[in-house]
Amino acid sequence: MTHRLLFAGFGGQGIMLMGELLAYAAMIDGKQVTYMPSYGPEMRGGTANCSVIVSDGPIASPIITEAGILIAMNEPSLDKFEDDVDPEGLVFINRSLIGRKPRRSDVVSVAVDCIELARDILNEKIANIVMLGAVIRKSNIVSPDSVGEALRRKFSGKKEAFIPINESALSAWRERSEEH
Amino acid sequence: MTDNRQLLKGNEAFAEAAIAAGCRYYFGYPITPQNELTEYMSRVLPSVGGSFVQAESELAAISMAYGAAAAGGRALISSSSPGIALMQEGISFLCSANIPMVLLNVSRGGPGVGGIQPGQADYFLATRVGGIVDYHTLVYAPASIQESINILMQAYETAEKYRNPLMLLVDGMLGQMMEPVVVPDGVETIPTTDLHALNPWAVTGHRGSRERRVIRSLRLKPDELERSIEERGEKYARAEIELTSYEAIDLDGAEIVFVAFGSTSRIVKESLTALKRMRIKGGLIRPITLWPFPYRAFDGIDKRTKAVVSVELSKGQLIQDVKLGVNGRFPVKLIHRTGGMLLTPEEIVAAAKNISEVN
Repeated sequence: MTHRLLFAGFGGQGIMLMGELLAYAAMIDGKQVTYMPSYGPEMRGGTANCSVIVSDGPIASPIITEAGILIAMNEPSLDKFEDDVDPEGLVFINRSLIGRKPRRSDVVSVAVDCIELARDILNEKIANIVMLGAVIRKSNIVSPDSVGEALRRKFSGKKEAFIPINESALSAWRERSEEH
Repeated sequence: MTDNRQLLKGNEAFAEAAIAAGCRYYFGYPITPQNELTEYMSRVLPSVGGSFVQAESELAAISMAYGAAAAGGRALISSSSPGIALMQEGISFLCSANIPMVLLNVSRGGPGVGGIQPGQADYFLATRVGGIVDYHTLVYAPASIQESINILMQAYETAEKYRNPLMLLVDGMLGQMMEPVVVPDGVETIPTTDLHALNPWAVTGHRGSRERRVIRSLRLKPDELERSIEERGEKYARAEIELTSYEAIDLDGAEIVFVAFGSTSRIVKESLTALKRMRIKGGLIRPITLWPFPYRAFDGIDKRTKAVVSVELSKGQLIQDVKLGVNGRFPVKLIHRTGGMLLTPEEIVAAAKNISEVN
């Protein structure tokens, strides 16, 4: 089984961290994984995306041309990548910033109020982790325990103080029946 | 799977492996897409007793490294295409003075300053010599971060054995991506006296206690210069026998044999799976050493093969070695992108399908 995830948004939203934590968790689960960031003259407010492939077997190319899961953190990302999602694929939408649903009817869309849920816990800086929590719960690609472990490894040393807040953010989203 | 794997970015893994292989000197000048390597070295090298210097230019960096290596130190140079181009004079000097060195070229799209996205346009520069001539750099083209680590772990020993610079030609994709990898535990810092024993040619200072050792590039007497070139030629002939390395996949019965190295070979492997579903038999020759080039791999191509296809991120460079390897036995085709654009498996499959139908 191979999962292809595309995380996209604007610079400063923590897109790379989302992908990295998921990749880290997959490795802890004993899976094969590749993480490939877009890189370039990127800046806060510019576009940012990263591709993560998780598989039980060896992964050849780390580049994604067809994604099983798209995580769109802003509307330009949904515009740009919606057509690259597999039929029956999952499209996660940051409803706080995206005012529309996917145009395609052959994908499953999950709307997450990332910023509102993040503000309920602390502030909008953890909106990315709220979204990551939703992706993990809905997709079952990696175990929530491994994501917690990835968080602890990633936020070691001086950043340790941020672990509890991020743990809360990971479990902030709850699936509601209307989204089925 | 209980594991000791780490999730590392290519550039960080290269740095960690170089240190584990004994590198204690790094001289660099920033350039995308390899900056994480320079940053890692600045952070970690001083803590293992090494020296990190940010040089004022690429020419200064390679010259500083020349000095450290001439004294028997294990130095690393890293840069990306335009920076490596600027270092060619130093690389030529290293070769002419028979000084070992490990270089990493995290290459990007050229020519000129080009762009910063992945490219393989440095193929000629790496394999055909970029500086003043009649020498070779040993060139390795790993396709994964783990393979890069494995090559780096042996790189200093190989470079010292041949007293010649060794280059890893990777690209921005391998430098920027992350994969789970295992980096062997770092070697203890090799004592200076041991390094001197390993490299009995090194200029180490002796206060008149022994014969002078001379390291130089300038040889004014033509017969002496010619002799040094011929001696180096013998060393390169040995390298061709001892170092040439490649991976061959499914050559038996292949309709189409692809030839690709580094990150591009990964995209070709993805295409092979798709081609199999379409009942087109594809094979792959993946050179691991670009110089010496594995020409002998082409003797393993099945007589029924319709075409050999060079797949590269450059405007037809690798294809020249493919033609030498094929030596007129099969039609040779090219699939390529340039400028930092990557090939997709779909593009490769479509081109292969076309070749399969036409031939």
